[in-house]
Amino acid sequence: MSFLSHLISGISLGSIYAIIALGYTMVYGIAKMLNFAHGDVIMVGAYACFFIASRYELPVVLGVLVAMLVCTLLGVIIERLAYKPLRSASSLAVLITAIGMSYFLQNAAQLMWTSNPKVFRSVVGDKSLKLFGGQLSISAIAIVTVATCIVIMLGLTWFTGRTKMGKAMRACSEDKGAAQLMGINVNATISMTFAIGSALAAIAGVLLCSMYPTLMPTTGSMPGIKAFTAAVFGGIGSIPGAMLGGILLGIIEIFGKAYVSTQLSDAIVFVVLIVILLVKPAGLLGKQVQEKV
Amino acid sequence: MLKMQKSTRKTVSTYALVIVAFVVVQGLAMSGNISATLRGQLVPICAYVVMAISLNLTVGVLGELSLGHASFMSVGAFSGVVACISLQNMIAFGPVRLVVGMVIGALCAGIAGFLIGVPVLRLNGDYLAIVTLAFGEIIKNLITCLCVGVDSRGLRFSFLTSADALKLEEGGRVIINGPMGIAGIPKLSTFTTGFVLVLVTLFIVMNLVKSRSGRAIMAIRDNRIAAESVGIPITKYKLMAFVTSAALAGAAGTLYAMNFSTIVATKFNFNTSILILVYVVLGGLGNIRGSVIAATVITILPEMLRGFNDYRMLVYAIVLIIVMLTTNNARFKTILSRLIPSKKATGEGRQP
Amino acid sequence: MKKLLCILLAVMMLAALAACGDSGSANPSSAPAGEPSAAPAGEASAAPEAPAAAAFKIGGTGPLTGGAAIYGQAARNGAQIAVEEINALGDVQFELNYQDDEHDAEKAVNAYNTLKDWGMQISLGSVTSTPGVATSVENDADRIFAITPSASAVAVTEGKNNVFQMCFADPNQGSASAQYISDQQLGTKIAVIYKNDDVYSTGIYDTFRIKAAELGLDIVSSTTFTEDSQQDFSVQLADAKNNGADLIFLPMYYTPASLIFQQAKSMDYVTKYFGVDGMDGILTLEGFNKELAEGVILLTPFNADSTDERTVSFVEKYKSVYGEVPNQFAADGYDCIYAIYQAIKSGGATSDLSASDINDILVAQFTSMSFDGITGDDMTWSANGQVTKGPKGTVIENGSYVGLD
Repeated sequence: MSFLSHLISGISLGSIYAIIALGYTMVYGIAKMLNFAHGDVIMVGAYACFFIASRYELPVVLGVLVAMLVCTLLGVIIERLAYKPLRSASSLAVLITAIGMSYFLQNAAQLMWTSNPKVFRSVVGDKSLKLFGGQLSISAIAIVTVATCIVIMLGLTWFTGRTKMGKAMRACSEDKGAAQLMGINVNATISMTFAIGSALAAIAGVLLCSMYPTLMPTTGSMPGIKAFTAAVFGGIGSIPGAMLGGILLGIIEIFGKAYVSTQLSDAIVFVVLIVILLVKPAGLLGKQVQEKV
Repeated sequence: MLKMQKSTRKTVSTYALVIVAFVVVQGLAMSGNISATLRGQLVPICAYVVMAISLNLTVGVLGELSLGHASFMSVGAFSGVVACISLQNMIAFGPVRLVVGMVIGALCAGIAGFLIGVPVLRLNGDYLAIVTLAFGEIIKNLITCLCVGVDSRGLRFSFLTSADALKLEEGGRVIINGPMGIAGIPKLSTFTTGFVLVLVTLFIVMNLVKSRSGRAIMAIRDNRIAAESVGIPITKYKLMAFVTSAALAGAAGTLYAMNFSTIVATKFNFNTSILILVYVVLGGLGNIRGSVIAATVITILPEMLRGFNDYRMLVYAIVLIIVMLTTNNARFKTILSRLIPSKKATGEGRQP
Repeated sequence: MKKLLCILLAVMMLAALAACGDSGSANPSSAPAGEPSAAPAGEASAAPEAPAAAAFKIGGTGPLTGGAAIYGQAARNGAQIAVEEINALGDVQFELNYQDDEHDAEKAVNAYNTLKDWGMQISLGSVTSTPGVATSVENDADRIFAITPSASAVAVTEGKNNVFQMCFADPNQGSASAQYISDQQLGTKIAVIYKNDDVYSTGIYDTFRIKAAELGLDIVSSTTFTEDSQQDFSVQLADAKNNGADLIFLPMYYTPASLIFQQAKSMDYVTKYFGVDGMDGILTLEGFNKELAEGVILLTPFNADSTDERTVSFVEKYKSVYGEVPNQFAADGYDCIYAIYQAIKSGGATSDLSASDINDILVAQFTSMSFDGITGDDMTWSANGQVTKGPKGTVIENGSYVGLD
């Protein structure tokens, strides 16, 4: 029974990583950049929802919508100001700019909202589902998170596969030059990707803080790095991969703590990651690109 | 022929820059014209300069992104300090003990680099980056669980337990105390030793880059498949660059740790690795002199911004973003080169 | 283009160096710092001249930005209130300067040196432990008196005769907690959850474990978390539950503790909790469901809901200026300033003395005086710098702290 309950904790922790990883992988797949500020956009989204839903006690739906709006705007502004001027520069330069942006968001949040932690009120309440006469409990937020995660994954797969905009994104990800020649507006496509990625970040932020309700200016950074790991785990750029990677990462983390040692849990996660990458160098579901001579 | 001369000139100017900076600062310090703030930062600056040069070897010269360089610094710092403390009775003269500590730190970090490098250098690009990040986290986690003590029987180790599991004899001393790290480190590092380490690092890296091996390494960076097809053993040269880089980082770690009375494993986290990467990218990939200057400026910068009080780190972030934008954006570059008509720029065939 | 960048950077570096040199020479109080001998000991007399200024220059370092910023800012704000109160009294004037150390030893030494350049005469050490160990060595070498509000590790005071603590040292808290649990018969099967990469948390746990063994308390489960994994506690709680623990000891700050309470509730796990002084502040978390912390016992020297006259006035002032309820760090910062004030008055120190002279006077006073503050009455300090004050057992009832005993 304890195995099952650990598995459930693992899946719910993993679904949080998965939902953040979806945003990461989306941006990486199209813009080919590691957006280290993604975790901090999540934090901003969570704060937006906190103020609407917890402090002013307005409807939760409004809180989530405002958070998505704020994050989308923020994502587009960041992209316009900090990343777009570097479109032709090396990917490392963009990486460092993204890190600068991450510092900026954390410090701005601290100045605006102080470093005092806030307790986020869960958007679905703290109900839980009891099984086997109460021996096993699954919290409502875990179910909502897993469900949201699957919906987003399916939605994104459909979007990139079927819609015109989605196809344009895939074309940009394959070859920017060729895409431009086909009449695709590469800049607009990349901006669109950031908008979608940031809206996803808002949802991730709300769910993250609903499950683990302390909210601080640094809340997003560690889940951000873990989700980045998850995205690589599943094969960065692959949408189902991000989901799979996130959930596996969560399960490994919980099982490592439960069956090996709580002191070594961080190391265990990363050892498994390294072993997987050595066996499958492009991640679980990543495409192995054949290098051309 | 002309190119050769140019590269020699560049080498000489890099050495000259470091030596002149040392003489000027040392002179100011002797005559007392230097603030305590700057004086306190001299050794950390040297350590970061060495870190930046060594990471530049991996990122700039070898062309592989590493996000875990601080872990080698950590290995070097902890092993070097353990060596310095346990050799306290055998080598009385501080500087010699420090040098021995640095050599041991460099060796341990080099071994760690080798162990990590053999499996992971098969990976490329972002996958290699994430694996180095993973190793950084693993090393941080392992050192947090490690206790080391010394007594008359020699070094004692224990893992995942606490310091009293070391069962030290009377008069023994706990050196690494798990998460509490090391406290009470004798302050052996000086600006002069730091300066010497920078010179040694410059010598090693610049000679490596100019040697036959260095050209092989750069060939791998520029086109791995072409390099392989002309018979360059990829793994050997990749490992050579990676292990050298790790060993130098280890020596820098010892220098850094011996300047503060305490050191904890969590100091060498992802953020520290990123900070060092910032030096390298800002200084220019493969540009050793740029790394030296960038490491110095970025280390001093937050101290210069103390006047902003609570807004300090915000301003720091803004400065970082603006610098990255101005130095990498094509349009800004053209404007800049118009403003500063440089002879060298025209010499390169880039008419302003 | 690299050259352009090089030139740009070189100019910046020169400017930076020049600015450093300037700030060194422009500030008369720091100029004597580098007299012929560059030995640090010679710098203690850094501020013999401060002609008209009658204010004592008090400096401190603490995390004002980053993840630990809440502690540094609280200590600074608390100290600032005390400074304003004392300045209003008129007999002694203080000037407080807090510098950011980002909870990092290297930055703390930089911040300390900045304060030295400013002419600091009395130091408040550092707010957190790891930076505290690094700056206290400097305090000792420079002969600048230090009393830290909250850097509780033993290594902060160990081997230094002029560094004092306002908070309990970690081992004292660990053994006091075990003693209290045993005396009050709160439980015999104890589970401990502690933060494995934190000096404070492991420091308390280490002595708790030893003392618990002496007293016959059985530690049935001991699990950890780290900075990187401080969100999910389901495994740790399940371990405590499966081993039949009747009390969980939580030597940690209140942010992770609030998550533990919440997750235990969602697992339907009901047990007793015992916290240390880091737990103080949990009730002031914005949006925290106070029912979760019902019945939690903690040993803390400060209680913001106390009806004690001084505490009430401090809490009111803090709320009106900073808009938040002060936590224990703020109270420690406040007490530090008052302790210094008392020592200065009884020792007859004046602000025109050098830092090392003030140091000698304050050390003599601190080892002999007794001080009543808002974090305890009749506090005394031993020569090794550790404070002796009675830890107050406090229980959370109906959403507020209630004193035990």
